[in-house]
Amino acid sequence: MISANLSAIFYLVSGILFILALRGLSSPDTSRQGNYFGIAGMLIAIAVTFLSIGNFSISLVYVFIFLIIGGAIGSFIAFRIPMTAMPELVAGFHSLVGLAAVFVAIAAFLNPTVFNLGAPGDIKLASLIEMSIGAAVGAITFSGSIIAFLKLRGIMSGAPITFVGQHYLNLILGLAIISLIIFLCNSQSANIFWSVIFLSFLIGVLIIIPIGGADMPVVISMLNSYSGWAAAGIGFTLENTALIITGALVGSSGAILSYIMCKAMNRSFFSVILGGFGADASSISTKDNKEQKPVKSGNAEDAAFLMKNASSVIIVPGYGMAVAQAQHALREMVDKLKKNDIKVTYAIHPVAGRMPGHMNVLLAEANVPYDEVFELEDINNDFANADVAFVIGANDVTNPVAKTDPKSPIFGMPVLDVEKTKSVLFVKRSLSPGYAGIDNELFYKDNTLMLFADAKKMTEDIVKNLD
Amino acid sequence: MEIDPFIFRLSIFILSIFVGYYVVWSVTPSLHTPLMSVTNAISSVIIVGAIIAALAGYSDSILSISSIFGYAAIILAAINIFGGFLVTQRMLQMYKKKKNKK
Repeated sequence: MISANLSAIFYLVSGILFILALRGLSSPDTSRQGNYFGIAGMLIAIAVTFLSIGNFSISLVYVFIFLIIGGAIGSFIAFRIPMTAMPELVAGFHSLVGLAAVFVAIAAFLNPTVFNLGAPGDIKLASLIEMSIGAAVGAITFSGSIIAFLKLRGIMSGAPITFVGQHYLNLILGLAIISLIIFLCNSQSANIFWSVIFLSFLIGVLIIIPIGGADMPVVISMLNSYSGWAAAGIGFTLENTALIITGALVGSSGAILSYIMCKAMNRSFFSVILGGFGADASSISTKDNKEQKPVKSGNAEDAAFLMKNASSVIIVPGYGMAVAQAQHALREMVDKLKKNDIKVTYAIHPVAGRMPGHMNVLLAEANVPYDEVFELEDINNDFANADVAFVIGANDVTNPVAKTDPKSPIFGMPVLDVEKTKSVLFVKRSLSPGYAGIDNELFYKDNTLMLFADAKKMTEDIVKNLD
Repeated sequence: MEIDPFIFRLSIFILSIFVGYYVVWSVTPSLHTPLMSVTNAISSVIIVGAIIAALAGYSDSILSISSIFGYAAIILAAINIFGGFLVTQRMLQMYKKKKNKK
Protein backbone atom coordinates (compact mmCIF):
# COMPACT_ATOMS: atom_id res chain seq x y z
CA MET A 1 0.00 0.00 0.00
CA ILE A 2 1.44 3.34 -1.02
CA SER A 3 0.34 6.73 0.18
CA ALA A 4 -2.20 8.82 -1.68
CA ASN A 5 0.40 11.52 -2.32
CA LEU A 6 2.89 9.10 -3.81
CA SER A 7 0.29 7.56 -6.08
CA ALA A 8 -0.80 11.03 -7.20
CA ILE A 9 2.80 11.69 -8.27
CA PHE A 10 2.87 8.45 -10.23
CA TYR A 11 -0.42 9.33 -11.93
CA LEU A 12 1.15 12.63 -12.92
CA VAL A 13 4.12 10.73 -14.40
CA SER A 14 1.82 8.57 -16.45
CA GLY A 15 -0.05 11.67 -17.63
CA ILE A 16 3.25 13.14 -18.82
CA LEU A 17 4.15 9.91 -20.59
CA PHE A 18 0.84 10.17 -22.46
CA ILE A 19 1.72 13.69 -23.56
CA LEU A 20 5.06 12.36 -24.85
CA ALA A 21 3.19 9.58 -26.66
CA LEU A 22 1.27 12.17 -28.68
CA ARG A 23 4.37 14.31 -29.11
CA GLY A 24 6.11 11.36 -30.73
CA LEU A 25 3.59 11.39 -33.54
CA SER A 26 5.00 14.63 -34.91
CA SER A 27 7.18 12.51 -37.19
CA PRO A 28 7.12 8.84 -38.23
CA ASP A 29 10.70 8.46 -36.93
CA THR A 30 9.80 9.23 -33.34
CA SER A 31 6.30 7.75 -33.41
CA ARG A 32 7.21 4.21 -32.37
CA GLN A 33 9.12 5.50 -29.39
CA GLY A 34 6.07 7.62 -28.55
CA ASN A 35 3.88 4.55 -28.54
CA TYR A 36 6.21 2.90 -26.00
CA PHE A 37 5.89 5.97 -23.79
CA GLY A 38 2.13 5.53 -23.97
CA ILE A 39 2.36 1.86 -23.00
CA ALA A 40 4.71 2.72 -20.11
CA GLY A 41 2.28 5.38 -18.89
CA MET A 42 -0.55 2.87 -18.92
CA LEU A 43 1.49 0.23 -17.04
CA ILE A 44 2.42 2.76 -14.37
CA ALA A 45 -1.18 3.91 -13.94
CA ILE A 46 -2.49 0.36 -13.59
CA ALA A 47 0.33 -0.78 -11.26
CA VAL A 48 -0.10 2.24 -9.01
CA THR A 49 -3.84 1.61 -8.77
CA PHE A 50 -3.24 -1.92 -7.53
CA LEU A 51 -0.60 -0.77 -5.05
CA SER A 52 -2.72 2.05 -3.67
CA ILE A 53 -5.62 -0.26 -2.91
CA GLY A 54 -3.50 -2.71 -0.99
CA ASN A 55 -6.47 -4.56 0.38
CA PHE A 56 -6.28 -7.68 -1.77
CA SER A 57 -9.21 -10.01 -1.50
CA ILE A 58 -10.13 -12.87 -3.76
CA SER A 59 -11.63 -10.30 -6.15
CA LEU A 60 -8.10 -9.54 -7.34
CA VAL A 61 -8.14 -12.89 -9.14
CA TYR A 62 -11.30 -11.86 -10.96
CA VAL A 63 -9.74 -8.54 -11.91
CA PHE A 64 -6.79 -10.32 -13.52
CA ILE A 65 -9.02 -12.82 -15.27
CA PHE A 66 -11.10 -10.03 -16.80
CA LEU A 67 -7.98 -8.06 -17.69
CA ILE A 68 -6.63 -11.08 -19.54
CA ILE A 69 -9.93 -11.76 -21.29
CA GLY A 70 -10.19 -8.15 -22.46
CA GLY A 71 -6.52 -8.04 -23.40
CA ALA A 72 -6.83 -11.23 -25.44
CA ILE A 73 -9.87 -9.94 -27.33
CA GLY A 74 -8.15 -6.60 -27.96
CA SER A 75 -4.93 -8.19 -29.18
CA PHE A 76 -6.82 -10.58 -31.42
CA ILE A 77 -8.70 -7.69 -33.03
CA ALA A 78 -5.54 -5.59 -33.37
CA PHE A 79 -3.69 -8.28 -35.29
CA ARG A 80 -6.56 -9.42 -37.46
CA ILE A 81 -8.12 -6.13 -38.54
CA PRO A 82 -7.42 -5.17 -42.17
CA MET A 83 -6.13 -1.62 -42.56
CA THR A 84 -9.08 -0.70 -44.77
CA ALA A 85 -11.34 -1.31 -41.77
CA MET A 86 -9.54 1.15 -39.49
CA PRO A 87 -12.41 3.70 -39.44
CA GLU A 88 -14.94 1.22 -38.09
CA LEU A 89 -12.38 -0.21 -35.67
CA VAL A 90 -11.72 3.23 -34.22
CA ALA A 91 -15.46 3.92 -34.01
CA GLY A 92 -15.90 0.60 -32.22
CA PHE A 93 -13.11 1.42 -29.78
CA HIS A 94 -14.67 4.80 -29.04
CA SER A 95 -17.91 3.09 -28.10
CA LEU A 96 -16.02 0.91 -25.62
CA VAL A 97 -14.40 3.91 -23.92
CA GLY A 98 -17.82 5.53 -23.69
CA LEU A 99 -19.44 2.46 -22.18
CA ALA A 100 -16.56 1.94 -19.75
CA ALA A 101 -17.01 5.55 -18.60
CA VAL A 102 -20.72 4.89 -18.04
CA PHE A 103 -19.98 1.72 -16.06
CA VAL A 104 -17.39 3.40 -13.85
CA ALA A 105 -19.81 6.26 -13.19
CA ILE A 106 -22.54 3.77 -12.25
CA ALA A 107 -20.16 1.91 -9.96
CA ALA A 108 -19.17 5.19 -8.31
CA PHE A 109 -22.82 6.15 -7.89
CA LEU A 110 -23.78 2.83 -6.31
CA ASN A 111 -20.74 2.54 -4.07
CA PRO A 112 -19.38 6.04 -3.47
CA THR A 113 -17.59 5.04 -0.26
CA VAL A 114 -14.71 3.28 -2.03
CA PHE A 115 -14.09 6.31 -4.19
CA ASN A 116 -14.16 8.64 -1.17
CA LEU A 117 -17.19 10.49 -2.48
CA GLY A 118 -19.46 10.21 0.55
CA ALA A 119 -22.11 7.61 1.39
CA PRO A 120 -24.81 6.20 -0.91
CA GLY A 121 -27.65 8.72 -0.98
CA ASP A 122 -25.32 11.38 0.36
CA ILE A 123 -22.77 11.88 -2.37
CA LYS A 124 -20.79 15.11 -2.45
CA LEU A 125 -22.48 17.63 -4.72
CA ALA A 126 -19.43 18.28 -6.92
CA SER A 127 -18.80 14.56 -7.37
CA LEU A 128 -22.41 13.99 -8.30
CA ILE A 129 -22.25 16.65 -11.01
CA GLU A 130 -18.93 15.32 -12.29
CA MET A 131 -20.07 11.71 -12.44
CA SER A 132 -23.35 12.54 -14.16
CA ILE A 133 -21.52 14.59 -16.78
CA GLY A 134 -19.04 11.75 -17.24
CA ALA A 135 -21.87 9.23 -17.52
CA ALA A 136 -23.92 11.37 -19.91
CA VAL A 137 -21.02 12.15 -22.25
CA GLY A 138 -19.89 8.52 -22.04
CA ALA A 139 -23.36 7.31 -22.98
CA ILE A 140 -23.56 9.71 -25.93
CA THR A 141 -20.12 8.53 -27.07
CA PHE A 142 -21.21 4.91 -26.79
CA SER A 143 -24.46 5.04 -28.72
CA GLY A 144 -23.16 7.58 -31.24
CA SER A 145 -20.11 5.43 -31.97
CA ILE A 146 -22.26 2.36 -32.40
CA ILE A 147 -24.28 4.16 -35.09
CA ALA A 148 -21.06 5.43 -36.72
CA PHE A 149 -19.69 1.87 -36.62
CA LEU A 150 -22.82 0.45 -38.25
CA LYS A 151 -22.73 3.12 -40.97
CA LEU A 152 -19.03 2.63 -41.70
CA ARG A 153 -19.38 -1.13 -41.71
CA GLY A 154 -22.22 -0.81 -44.22
CA ILE A 155 -24.67 -2.61 -41.94
CA MET A 156 -26.65 0.61 -41.81
CA SER A 157 -27.08 2.81 -44.88
CA GLY A 158 -24.72 5.78 -45.01
CA ALA A 159 -27.58 7.98 -46.16
CA PRO A 160 -28.65 10.59 -43.63
CA ILE A 161 -31.82 9.77 -41.71
CA THR A 162 -33.80 12.93 -41.11
CA PHE A 163 -37.31 13.65 -39.90
CA VAL A 164 -39.37 16.70 -39.10
CA GLY A 165 -38.62 18.34 -35.77
CA GLN A 166 -35.42 16.38 -35.34
CA HIS A 167 -33.41 19.32 -34.08
CA TYR A 168 -36.16 20.35 -31.66
CA LEU A 169 -36.33 16.83 -30.31
CA ASN A 170 -32.56 16.83 -29.73
CA LEU A 171 -32.80 20.22 -28.06
CA ILE A 172 -35.60 19.05 -25.76
CA LEU A 173 -33.68 15.89 -24.88
CA GLY A 174 -30.55 17.94 -24.17
CA LEU A 175 -32.44 20.28 -21.88
CA ALA A 176 -34.13 17.31 -20.21
CA ILE A 177 -30.73 15.77 -19.43
CA ILE A 178 -29.49 19.02 -17.90
CA SER A 179 -32.58 19.50 -15.75
CA LEU A 180 -32.51 15.86 -14.64
CA ILE A 181 -28.92 16.34 -13.48
CA ILE A 182 -30.06 19.36 -11.45
CA PHE A 183 -32.87 17.27 -9.91
CA LEU A 184 -30.38 14.51 -9.24
CA CYS A 185 -28.23 16.90 -7.20
CA ASN A 186 -31.17 17.64 -4.93
CA SER A 187 -32.71 14.22 -4.64
CA GLN A 188 -29.76 11.81 -5.09
CA SER A 189 -32.37 9.48 -6.57
CA ALA A 190 -31.05 6.45 -8.44
CA ASN A 191 -34.00 6.50 -10.85
CA ILE A 192 -33.08 9.96 -12.05
CA PHE A 193 -29.48 8.83 -12.52
CA TRP A 194 -30.68 5.93 -14.71
CA SER A 195 -32.91 8.32 -16.70
CA VAL A 196 -29.95 10.62 -17.38
CA ILE A 197 -28.01 7.67 -18.77
CA PHE A 198 -30.96 6.41 -20.81
CA LEU A 199 -31.69 9.80 -22.37
CA SER A 200 -28.00 10.23 -23.18
CA PHE A 201 -27.95 6.90 -25.02
CA LEU A 202 -30.96 8.08 -26.98
CA ILE A 203 -29.52 11.47 -27.89
CA GLY A 204 -26.26 9.81 -29.00
CA VAL A 205 -28.22 7.82 -31.58
CA LEU A 206 -30.25 10.83 -32.69
CA ILE A 207 -27.18 13.03 -33.15
CA ILE A 208 -25.42 10.62 -35.48
CA ILE A 209 -28.23 9.23 -37.68
CA PRO A 210 -28.76 12.44 -39.72
CA ILE A 211 -25.07 12.66 -40.64
CA GLY A 212 -24.22 11.34 -44.09
CA GLY A 213 -21.46 8.95 -45.11
CA ALA A 214 -19.26 11.68 -46.57
CA ASP A 215 -19.09 13.45 -43.23
CA MET A 216 -17.84 10.38 -41.39
CA PRO A 217 -14.29 11.75 -40.94
CA VAL A 218 -15.79 14.58 -38.88
CA VAL A 219 -18.04 12.25 -36.92
CA ILE A 220 -15.20 9.94 -35.95
CA SER A 221 -13.05 12.87 -34.85
CA MET A 222 -15.94 14.32 -32.89
CA LEU A 223 -16.63 11.07 -31.08
CA ASN A 224 -12.91 10.82 -30.37
CA SER A 225 -13.20 14.17 -28.67
CA TYR A 226 -16.30 13.13 -26.71
CA SER A 227 -14.59 10.00 -25.41
CA GLY A 228 -11.88 12.28 -24.03
CA TRP A 229 -14.32 14.60 -22.27
CA ALA A 230 -16.11 11.58 -20.78
CA ALA A 231 -12.80 10.31 -19.41
CA ALA A 232 -12.01 13.74 -17.99
CA GLY A 233 -15.41 13.87 -16.27
CA ILE A 234 -14.72 10.55 -14.60
CA GLY A 235 -11.21 11.78 -13.79
CA PHE A 236 -12.67 14.64 -11.77
CA THR A 237 -14.97 12.23 -9.94
CA LEU A 238 -12.10 9.89 -9.08
CA GLU A 239 -9.78 12.81 -8.37
CA ASN A 240 -7.27 11.14 -10.64
CA THR A 241 -4.66 13.31 -12.37
CA ALA A 242 -3.74 10.75 -15.05
CA LEU A 243 -7.36 10.54 -16.14
CA ILE A 244 -7.87 14.32 -16.12
CA ILE A 245 -4.74 14.95 -18.19
CA THR A 246 -5.57 12.18 -20.63
CA GLY A 247 -9.17 13.29 -20.98
CA ALA A 248 -8.08 16.84 -21.78
CA LEU A 249 -5.49 15.61 -24.32
CA VAL A 250 -7.88 13.30 -26.10
CA GLY A 251 -10.68 15.85 -25.97
CA SER A 252 -8.61 18.57 -27.59
CA SER A 253 -7.05 16.14 -30.05
CA GLY A 254 -10.47 15.06 -31.33
CA ALA A 255 -11.65 18.65 -31.48
CA ILE A 256 -8.64 19.70 -33.57
CA LEU A 257 -9.12 16.78 -35.94
CA SER A 258 -12.80 17.70 -36.37
CA TYR A 259 -11.75 21.25 -37.14
CA ILE A 260 -9.17 20.13 -39.71
CA MET A 261 -11.71 17.84 -41.38
CA CYS A 262 -14.41 20.54 -41.49
CA LYS A 263 -11.96 22.99 -42.97
CA ALA A 264 -10.87 20.49 -45.61
CA MET A 265 -14.50 20.18 -46.68
CA ASN A 266 -15.21 23.88 -46.29
CA ARG A 267 -18.14 23.07 -44.07
CA SER A 268 -18.92 24.58 -40.72
CA PHE A 269 -18.95 22.24 -37.77
CA PHE A 270 -22.60 23.01 -37.12
CA SER A 271 -23.73 22.21 -40.63
CA VAL A 272 -22.08 18.80 -40.29
CA ILE A 273 -23.74 18.18 -36.96
CA LEU A 274 -27.13 19.27 -38.22
CA GLY A 275 -26.60 16.76 -41.00
CA GLY A 276 -28.57 15.88 -44.08
CA PHE A 277 -25.71 16.58 -46.53
CA GLY A 278 -25.46 14.38 -49.59
CA ALA A 279 -29.14 13.46 -49.78
CA ASP A 280 -30.75 16.54 -51.28
CA ALA A 281 -27.81 17.70 -53.39
CA SER A 282 -27.76 14.60 -55.60
CA SER A 283 -31.27 15.11 -56.88
CA ILE A 284 -30.69 18.69 -58.00
CA SER A 285 -27.50 18.73 -59.98
CA THR A 286 -27.20 15.31 -61.61
CA LYS A 287 -30.50 15.36 -63.48
CA ASP A 288 -30.01 18.41 -65.69
CA ASN A 289 -26.39 17.64 -66.43
CA LYS A 290 -27.20 14.22 -67.77
CA GLU A 291 -27.50 15.37 -71.42
CA GLN A 292 -24.56 13.13 -72.34
CA LYS A 293 -21.50 15.29 -72.63
CA PRO A 294 -18.73 13.63 -74.61
CA VAL A 295 -16.32 11.62 -72.52
CA LYS A 296 -13.09 10.06 -73.67
CA SER A 297 -12.68 6.61 -72.31
CA GLY A 298 -9.71 4.36 -72.67
CA ASN A 299 -8.31 1.02 -71.61
CA ALA A 300 -5.31 -0.19 -69.66
CA GLU A 301 -3.14 -0.15 -72.76
CA ASP A 302 -3.73 3.55 -73.38
CA ALA A 303 -3.07 4.33 -69.74
CA ALA A 304 0.15 2.36 -69.72
CA PHE A 305 1.28 4.12 -72.90
CA LEU A 306 0.58 7.55 -71.46
CA MET A 307 2.40 6.87 -68.24
CA LYS A 308 5.39 5.21 -69.90
CA ASN A 309 6.00 8.35 -71.90
CA ALA A 310 5.61 10.67 -68.96
CA SER A 311 8.47 12.00 -66.91
CA SER A 312 6.45 12.64 -63.79
CA VAL A 313 3.26 11.08 -62.48
CA ILE A 314 1.15 12.12 -59.50
CA ILE A 315 -1.14 9.53 -57.96
CA VAL A 316 -4.35 10.76 -56.32
CA PRO A 317 -5.83 7.98 -54.20
CA GLY A 318 -9.28 8.10 -52.60
CA TYR A 319 -11.72 5.94 -50.77
CA GLY A 320 -12.46 3.91 -53.92
CA MET A 321 -8.89 2.60 -53.77
CA ALA A 322 -9.49 1.36 -50.25
CA VAL A 323 -12.79 -0.30 -51.17
CA ALA A 324 -11.22 -2.08 -54.14
CA GLN A 325 -8.12 -3.00 -52.05
CA ALA A 326 -6.06 -1.64 -54.94
CA GLN A 327 -3.17 -0.24 -52.89
CA HIS A 328 -0.87 -3.22 -53.45
CA ALA A 329 -1.50 -3.33 -57.20
CA LEU A 330 -0.93 0.42 -57.25
CA ARG A 331 2.42 0.02 -55.55
CA GLU A 332 3.39 -2.57 -58.15
CA MET A 333 2.46 -0.17 -60.93
CA VAL A 334 4.53 2.60 -59.34
CA ASP A 335 7.52 0.28 -59.02
CA LYS A 336 7.38 -0.45 -62.74
CA LEU A 337 7.15 3.26 -63.53
CA LYS A 338 10.09 4.06 -61.31
CA LYS A 339 12.19 1.48 -63.11
CA ASN A 340 11.61 3.55 -66.23
CA ASP A 341 12.98 6.59 -64.38
CA ILE A 342 9.59 8.23 -64.03
CA LYS A 343 9.15 10.41 -60.99
CA VAL A 344 6.12 9.28 -59.00
CA THR A 345 4.56 11.02 -56.02
CA TYR A 346 1.29 10.68 -54.17
CA ALA A 347 -1.10 13.53 -53.40
CA ILE A 348 -3.46 13.11 -50.48
CA HIS A 349 -6.45 15.27 -49.72
CA PRO A 350 -7.22 15.62 -45.99
CA VAL A 351 -10.66 14.04 -46.37
CA ALA A 352 -9.69 11.25 -48.74
CA GLY A 353 -10.90 8.08 -47.08
CA ARG A 354 -13.28 7.71 -44.19
CA MET A 355 -11.10 9.01 -41.38
CA PRO A 356 -8.20 11.46 -40.98
CA GLY A 357 -4.98 10.04 -42.38
CA HIS A 358 -6.64 6.86 -43.65
CA MET A 359 -4.97 6.95 -47.10
CA ASN A 360 -1.53 7.39 -45.57
CA VAL A 361 -1.94 4.21 -43.56
CA LEU A 362 -3.12 2.24 -46.57
CA LEU A 363 -0.19 3.42 -48.67
CA ALA A 364 2.21 2.68 -45.83
CA GLU A 365 0.73 -0.81 -45.65
CA ALA A 366 1.51 -1.27 -49.33
CA ASN A 367 5.13 -0.32 -48.55
CA VAL A 368 4.99 3.12 -50.08
CA PRO A 369 7.73 5.19 -48.39
CA TYR A 370 6.13 8.03 -46.48
CA ASP A 371 8.45 10.63 -47.99
CA GLU A 372 6.83 10.08 -51.40
CA VAL A 373 3.40 10.91 -49.99
CA PHE A 374 2.41 14.58 -49.86
CA GLU A 375 -0.42 16.57 -48.34
CA LEU A 376 -2.57 18.87 -50.41
CA GLU A 377 -0.81 22.15 -49.70
CA ASP A 378 2.64 20.66 -50.27
CA ILE A 379 1.95 19.19 -53.68
CA ASN A 380 -0.78 21.30 -55.23
CA ASN A 381 1.67 23.47 -57.17
CA ASP A 382 3.32 20.42 -58.71
CA PHE A 383 0.28 19.41 -60.73
CA ALA A 384 0.99 22.13 -63.30
CA ASN A 385 4.40 20.58 -64.01
CA ALA A 386 3.35 16.96 -63.95
CA ASP A 387 2.66 14.96 -67.10
CA VAL A 388 0.07 12.53 -65.79
CA ALA A 389 -2.29 12.59 -62.82
CA PHE A 390 -3.58 9.14 -61.96
CA VAL A 391 -6.81 9.53 -59.99
CA ILE A 392 -7.82 6.27 -58.38
CA GLY A 393 -10.97 6.12 -56.30
CA ALA A 394 -11.09 9.85 -55.58
CA ASN A 395 -13.69 12.17 -57.04
CA ASP A 396 -15.04 15.19 -55.19
CA VAL A 397 -11.59 16.19 -53.91
CA THR A 398 -10.47 16.77 -57.52
CA ASN A 399 -13.57 18.58 -58.74
CA PRO A 400 -12.57 22.00 -60.17
CA VAL A 401 -16.13 23.18 -59.62
CA ALA A 402 -15.16 23.88 -56.02
CA LYS A 403 -13.02 26.74 -57.35
CA THR A 404 -15.27 28.04 -60.09
CA ASP A 405 -18.97 27.66 -59.29
CA PRO A 406 -20.21 29.55 -56.22
CA LYS A 407 -23.52 27.69 -56.45
CA SER A 408 -21.93 24.29 -56.04
CA PRO A 409 -22.37 22.67 -52.63
CA ILE A 410 -18.64 22.09 -52.42
CA PHE A 411 -17.65 25.60 -53.50
CA GLY A 412 -14.73 26.85 -51.46
CA MET A 413 -13.54 23.41 -50.49
CA PRO A 414 -9.80 23.11 -51.09
CA VAL A 415 -9.28 20.67 -53.98
CA LEU A 416 -6.32 19.09 -55.69
CA ASP A 417 -5.49 20.96 -58.92
CA VAL A 418 -5.61 17.80 -60.97
CA GLU A 419 -6.94 19.60 -64.07
CA LYS A 420 -3.63 21.46 -64.47
CA THR A 421 -1.69 18.34 -65.39
CA LYS A 422 -1.06 17.61 -69.07
CA SER A 423 -3.24 14.52 -68.98
CA VAL A 424 -5.50 13.02 -66.37
CA LEU A 425 -6.27 9.33 -65.97
CA PHE A 426 -9.43 8.74 -64.01
CA VAL A 427 -10.09 5.22 -62.72
CA LYS A 428 -13.76 4.93 -61.89
CA ARG A 429 -16.54 2.39 -62.17
CA SER A 430 -18.95 4.75 -63.92
CA LEU A 431 -19.71 8.42 -64.44
CA SER A 432 -21.80 8.51 -61.27
CA PRO A 433 -21.17 11.47 -59.01
CA GLY A 434 -19.30 11.10 -55.74
CA TYR A 435 -20.57 11.39 -52.19
CA ALA A 436 -21.34 15.08 -52.49
CA GLY A 437 -23.67 14.11 -55.33
CA ILE A 438 -22.28 16.51 -57.89
CA ASP A 439 -20.98 15.98 -61.39
CA ASN A 440 -17.24 16.30 -61.87
CA GLU A 441 -16.29 18.63 -64.76
CA LEU A 442 -12.99 16.89 -64.95
CA PHE A 443 -14.62 13.89 -66.65
CA TYR A 444 -15.40 15.95 -69.74
CA LYS A 445 -12.11 17.75 -70.22
CA ASP A 446 -10.13 17.11 -73.39
CA ASN A 447 -7.09 15.93 -71.54
CA THR A 448 -8.98 13.46 -69.36
CA LEU A 449 -9.05 9.80 -70.16
CA MET A 450 -11.64 7.82 -68.22
CA LEU A 451 -10.76 4.26 -67.30
CA PHE A 452 -14.04 2.58 -66.47
CA ALA A 453 -13.27 -0.45 -64.31
CA ASP A 454 -12.75 -1.70 -60.83
CA ALA A 455 -9.72 0.12 -59.42
CA LYS A 456 -7.81 -3.03 -58.55
CA LYS A 457 -8.48 -4.81 -61.83
CA MET A 458 -7.60 -1.75 -63.91
CA THR A 459 -4.36 -1.19 -62.01
CA GLU A 460 -3.38 -4.83 -62.47
CA ASP A 461 -4.10 -4.58 -66.20
CA ILE A 462 -1.96 -1.47 -66.45
CA VAL A 463 0.86 -3.30 -64.69
CA LYS A 464 0.68 -6.04 -67.32
CA ASN A 465 0.75 -3.48 -70.12
CA LEU A 466 3.78 -1.72 -68.67
CA ASP A 467 6.02 -4.69 -69.40
CA MET B 1 -9.08 30.75 3.37
CA GLU B 2 -7.99 27.50 1.78
CA ILE B 3 -8.27 26.71 -1.89
CA ASP B 4 -10.60 23.86 -2.75
CA PRO B 5 -8.61 20.93 -4.25
CA PHE B 6 -11.12 20.98 -7.09
CA ILE B 7 -9.52 24.22 -8.30
CA PHE B 8 -6.16 22.47 -8.56
CA ARG B 9 -7.69 19.69 -10.62
CA LEU B 10 -9.44 22.24 -12.79
CA SER B 11 -6.09 23.99 -13.35
CA ILE B 12 -4.49 20.72 -14.39
CA PHE B 13 -7.40 20.10 -16.73
CA ILE B 14 -7.25 23.52 -18.39
CA LEU B 15 -3.47 23.44 -18.75
CA SER B 16 -3.67 19.95 -20.24
CA ILE B 17 -6.13 21.19 -22.84
CA PHE B 18 -3.56 23.78 -23.87
CA VAL B 19 -0.76 21.21 -23.91
CA GLY B 20 -2.99 18.93 -25.99
CA TYR B 21 -3.79 21.76 -28.37
CA TYR B 22 -0.16 22.51 -29.17
CA VAL B 23 0.99 18.90 -29.19
CA VAL B 24 -1.78 17.76 -31.52
CA TRP B 25 -1.22 20.60 -33.99
CA SER B 26 2.35 19.42 -34.34
CA VAL B 27 1.24 15.91 -35.28
CA THR B 28 1.96 15.31 -38.96
CA PRO B 29 -1.26 14.79 -40.98
CA SER B 30 -0.02 11.46 -42.32
CA LEU B 31 -0.15 10.10 -38.76
CA HIS B 32 -3.69 11.20 -37.97
CA THR B 33 -5.06 7.67 -38.01
CA PRO B 34 -2.46 6.37 -35.51
CA LEU B 35 -3.17 9.52 -33.46
CA MET B 36 -6.80 8.48 -33.17
CA SER B 37 -6.02 4.91 -32.26
CA VAL B 38 -3.44 5.92 -29.65
CA THR B 39 -5.73 8.51 -28.07
CA ASN B 40 -8.27 5.72 -27.89
CA ALA B 41 -5.82 3.54 -26.05
CA ILE B 42 -4.73 6.17 -23.56
CA SER B 43 -8.25 7.34 -22.77
CA SER B 44 -8.81 3.79 -21.54
CA VAL B 45 -6.74 4.74 -18.52
CA ILE B 46 -10.29 4.96 -17.18
CA ILE B 47 -9.51 1.35 -16.23
CA VAL B 48 -8.08 2.71 -12.96
CA GLY B 49 -11.62 3.62 -11.90
CA ALA B 50 -12.85 0.21 -12.99
CA ILE B 51 -10.19 -1.55 -10.93
CA ILE B 52 -11.05 0.49 -7.82
CA ALA B 53 -14.72 -0.35 -8.27
CA ALA B 54 -14.04 -4.02 -8.88
CA LEU B 55 -11.76 -4.44 -5.86
CA ALA B 56 -14.22 -2.69 -3.57
CA GLY B 57 -16.12 -5.86 -2.71
CA TYR B 58 -14.97 -7.76 0.37
CA SER B 59 -14.59 -11.52 0.40
CA ASP B 60 -18.19 -12.03 1.48
CA SER B 61 -19.60 -9.87 -1.29
CA ILE B 62 -17.22 -10.06 -4.23
CA LEU B 63 -20.05 -9.68 -6.65
CA SER B 64 -21.82 -6.61 -5.43
CA ILE B 65 -23.60 -4.70 -8.18
CA SER B 66 -21.02 -1.94 -8.25
CA SER B 67 -18.11 -4.36 -8.55
CA ILE B 68 -19.88 -6.17 -11.39
CA PHE B 69 -19.96 -2.87 -13.28
CA GLY B 70 -16.29 -2.55 -12.39
CA TYR B 71 -15.47 -5.96 -13.87
CA ALA B 72 -17.43 -5.18 -17.03
CA ALA B 73 -15.60 -1.87 -17.39
CA ILE B 74 -12.28 -3.68 -16.93
CA ILE B 75 -13.02 -5.95 -19.88
CA LEU B 76 -14.06 -3.02 -22.08
CA ALA B 77 -11.07 -0.89 -21.14
CA ALA B 78 -8.65 -3.81 -21.50
CA ILE B 79 -9.91 -4.52 -25.03
CA ASN B 80 -9.22 -0.90 -25.83
CA ILE B 81 -5.82 -0.68 -24.18
CA PHE B 82 -4.42 -3.80 -25.82
CA GLY B 83 -6.25 -3.29 -29.10
CA GLY B 84 -5.41 0.41 -29.27
CA PHE B 85 -1.70 0.21 -28.52
CA LEU B 86 -1.13 -2.90 -30.64
CA VAL B 87 -2.96 -1.63 -33.70
CA THR B 88 -1.09 1.67 -33.39
CA GLN B 89 2.19 -0.22 -33.19
CA ARG B 90 1.20 -2.28 -36.22
CA MET B 91 0.43 0.86 -38.22
CA LEU B 92 3.56 2.73 -37.17
CA GLN B 93 5.69 -0.25 -38.13
CA MET B 94 4.50 0.18 -41.70
CA TYR B 95 5.70 3.77 -42.09
CA LYS B 96 9.05 3.48 -43.79
CA LYS B 97 11.38 5.95 -45.41
CA LYS B 98 12.67 5.57 -48.92
CA LYS B 99 15.62 3.23 -49.01
CA ASN B 100 18.77 5.04 -50.05
CA LYS B 101 19.68 3.12 -53.14
CA LYS B 102 19.36 3.18 -56.92
